[in-house]
Amino acid sequence: MKKAILYINQFFGQIGGEEKADFEPELRDGAHASAAIFNTLAKDVQITHTMICGDNFMASHPEEALERCLSLLEGKEFDMFIAGPAFNAGRYGNACGLISKAVQEKFNVPAITSMNVENPGVELFRTDMYIFKGANRATGMRQDMAAMAAFADKIARGERLLPAAMEGYFPRNIRHEVFLEDIGLEPVMACDRAVDMLLAKLTGEEYLTELPIPAQDLIPIAAAVEDITKVKVALVTSGGIVPSGNPDRIESCSATRWGKYDISGLDRLPAPEFKTIHAGYDPEQADKNPNVVEPLDAVRALQKEGKLGDVDDYFYTTVGTGTTQGEAARMGREIAAELHSRNVQAVILTAT
Amino acid sequence: MAKEIERSGIPVTVMCNLTNIAKTVGSNRIVPTFSVPYPLGNPQASPEEEWAMRKHRVEVAVQALQTPVSEQTVFEVKK
Repeated sequence: MKKAILYINQFFGQIGGEEKADFEPELRDGAHASAAIFNTLAKDVQITHTMICGDNFMASHPEEALERCLSLLEGKEFDMFIAGPAFNAGRYGNACGLISKAVQEKFNVPAITSMNVENPGVELFRTDMYIFKGANRATGMRQDMAAMAAFADKIARGERLLPAAMEGYFPRNIRHEVFLEDIGLEPVMACDRAVDMLLAKLTGEEYLTELPIPAQDLIPIAAAVEDITKVKVALVTSGGIVPSGNPDRIESCSATRWGKYDISGLDRLPAPEFKTIHAGYDPEQADKNPNVVEPLDAVRALQKEGKLGDVDDYFYTTVGTGTTQGEAARMGREIAAELHSRNVQAVILTAT
Repeated sequence: MAKEIERSGIPVTVMCNLTNIAKTVGSNRIVPTFSVPYPLGNPQASPEEEWAMRKHRVEVAVQALQTPVSEQTVFEVKK
């Protein structure tokens, strides 16, 4: 039986929700909370310890958090490291990636994690470790855990590991030479495969390239404004700040709507007239003073000092947790159109 | 969201805590914030210190908008 240590955040470690997101790293004996599910699924690997760390603690002090996590593992015997699953939780995905990478480097054991394709952690870390293609929400816990457990079992038994697409993890951009029969596929000569692919392409059928070129959608950098005091600036946020009562009923998570609200007569965002409806972070501070998320007070102060010119009469807001990249892009395009119609030439966007 | 606004030709400064994620999703001008639940607040600091931190970082974000950059750039802020 091989040994593994599993990393989970404060939520899945049953420490608490967003109010406990600053929870400092801890290593507990045995399979704690959701880690126990892994042990019911894996046959040749057993979780001996559970590491728990708050997502905000990892996000806000990554160096300190990693150092403390690694020192907790000092002297422990383990053959692999499991993190998550992180679903579509951005901070959690980031944490799973950071800790897995650090553990692999320091202890030279394989790390396995799981994230939804929309999790930004996939692009950040997929070339560094095995990231299984996971569900977008925690209802997929069991199946995501099962995929990691099955793969951990294979590693434990020393079985041949198949290509990313067959195992179900995101490609690590590693290319191996393999004989198709060795991975259970029917051998077809490369020239035949190429001709088949060409024929499929010519007849409009689906085909799968053997040499995918990763498409990186970087956008051209917009030119800097010449003089910021001579243009109109708009404030945008994905931190969920809205007028109390949330008149446009923007969703607290997985948002599909955005709002624009008049700030022309305000020198700060007053509470309780404004608050956050974002379900992805502890709202206590933002509800007390919405300017910690949408800093209108600082913007007005800079305006008074002549460091900033015109500010748009509206600020633009939505919620950035669980929101798909597709929806975020659409809302971004809609907001951009609105900004152009109002002659806005620069934007400050705060994200939580 | 920032990306689509920038794609339309408007420069955007993104103020956020996870600057590496902002880079991955394609933001070009990035200013680090203090934390996740209060990007520009700090309940542990005095109100004066908190205000100075917020104003400083917003000022860096404003400056970033008139700074030409040739690659994705994380602007430095005072601690």
